[in-house]
Amino acid sequence: MLKFTEDHEWVRVEGDEIVVGITEHAAEQLGDLVFVDLPEKDATVSKGDEIVTVESVKAASDITAPADGTITEVNSDLTDNPTLVNESPMEAGWIFKMKLESKDALDGLMDEAAYRDFIA
Amino acid sequence: MSQLKTTPLDGLHRSLGAKMVPFAGYEMPVQYSAGVLKEHLHTRSAAGLFDVSHMGQIEIRPRSGDLDDAKRALERLMPVSVLPLKTGRQRYGLFTNDQGGIMDDVMFADLGDRVFLVANASRKESDLEILRNGLTDCDVTVLERGLIALQGPKAEAALATLNPAVRDMKFMDIGEFEILGERCLVSRAGYTGEDGYEISVPAEATEALAKRLLELEDVQPIGLGARDSLRLEAGLCLYGNDIDETTTPVEAALEWAIQKPRRRGGEREGGFPGAEIILEQLEKGAARRRVGLRPEGRAPMREGVELAAAEGGEPIGKITSGGFGPTVGAPVAMGYVPTEHSAPDTQLYGLLRGRSVPVKVSTTPFVESGYKR
Repeated sequence: MLKFTEDHEWVRVEGDEIVVGITEHAAEQLGDLVFVDLPEKDATVSKGDEIVTVESVKAASDITAPADGTITEVNSDLTDNPTLVNESPMEAGWIFKMKLESKDALDGLMDEAAYRDFIA
Repeated sequence: MSQLKTTPLDGLHRSLGAKMVPFAGYEMPVQYSAGVLKEHLHTRSAAGLFDVSHMGQIEIRPRSGDLDDAKRALERLMPVSVLPLKTGRQRYGLFTNDQGGIMDDVMFADLGDRVFLVANASRKESDLEILRNGLTDCDVTVLERGLIALQGPKAEAALATLNPAVRDMKFMDIGEFEILGERCLVSRAGYTGEDGYEISVPAEATEALAKRLLELEDVQPIGLGARDSLRLEAGLCLYGNDIDETTTPVEAALEWAIQKPRRRGGEREGGFPGAEIILEQLEKGAARRRVGLRPEGRAPMREGVELAAAEGGEPIGKITSGGFGPTVGAPVAMGYVPTEHSAPDTQLYGLLRGRSVPVKVSTTPFVESGYKR
């Protein structure tokens, strides 16, 4: 299942975890990334917390936690190669994985069709 | 809000897929489809074409017909040595105020019968006021022309396809050349740290010239985003960020722009706004100083990041320009610190998102300059 936030994050459900990254649209808007400030593994986060900073040549933007939960893994490949986010935003450029506090935490998010309308 | 102005290349920018943003009252391209990073690297390795038509192009003609009269009058507005400048040469200049602060930084040139001056877009009106009040015996005119910067190691070969004579110019030379049948004013200068040219061209001929240069394989269009990262790597100041009405030339580490004849003991000492403060600082130093900064790691430290002398310490200074330097391959910045902390390799700490991140004072430029001396 793939969901989208209004902050241009994609959220993919994999078992009892979610994988989170930024959308191609967001990556295009930001331009080539030069730095991704990743969250700490095992950190407890609340929905809306600014837990990741992505920096392009132009500007810094914050990425928020899409739901309450715990960070289970971060994509350490981005430390040396932040442009993975631009080259492959949905696959190699994923940013973090987290375990959700509650299964229905993603109910309010958009599906792909709704997100396409949102950015149109 | 007043209507944004456009440059003669507005249509071309849009047809090239530029992302347009408001800048200093103009709609300007911040980047094209290649993106800031690639545009930056292309300029350093080949040649970049920049629309800088938003900048002020100003002509100063002495009513007496003797250019020395205009040059002497300019020395009453700038701490810079203007009088000995030879015809066909350009120099960096600064307008100052009575507090010694910088009103604008400009390029000015002796063209024999007139002085030509290029001003920052955001300071055009202020500069005109300074010039019209200060140069009462001169005619001060704004030229409505296009201005194209062609920058990078392949710039010479590119422009030479249209007039081979530009090859013989040296850094800061300026003169009139016929290009595509138009009389253009060409200077061998720019603001990227690279060799290159700035070409002042009649407004209606600007697009044809830009298109012709862009047809060359080595020339790509470059937006304001890369212009900013290029000038930052070159250690060059951005007016409004790194220098402004509250920073003096000495605080800004621009002493090199104040030549000996204008300093204490020089034959044309002082006599410009803020002279007492600036001349005193030239001898004794100022309390704070602009420095280059190299943050540790990959996280850029941008404008506004506070600097401390010790980890977790109280702020003692601030970053005025900063970002990622694509050619350096690491973050670079500049900012103001107390002079006792301004020596190269001094260890400081930037307060970044609640953390204390090490940053070292560095010499500038951060990349080797490519000027053709």
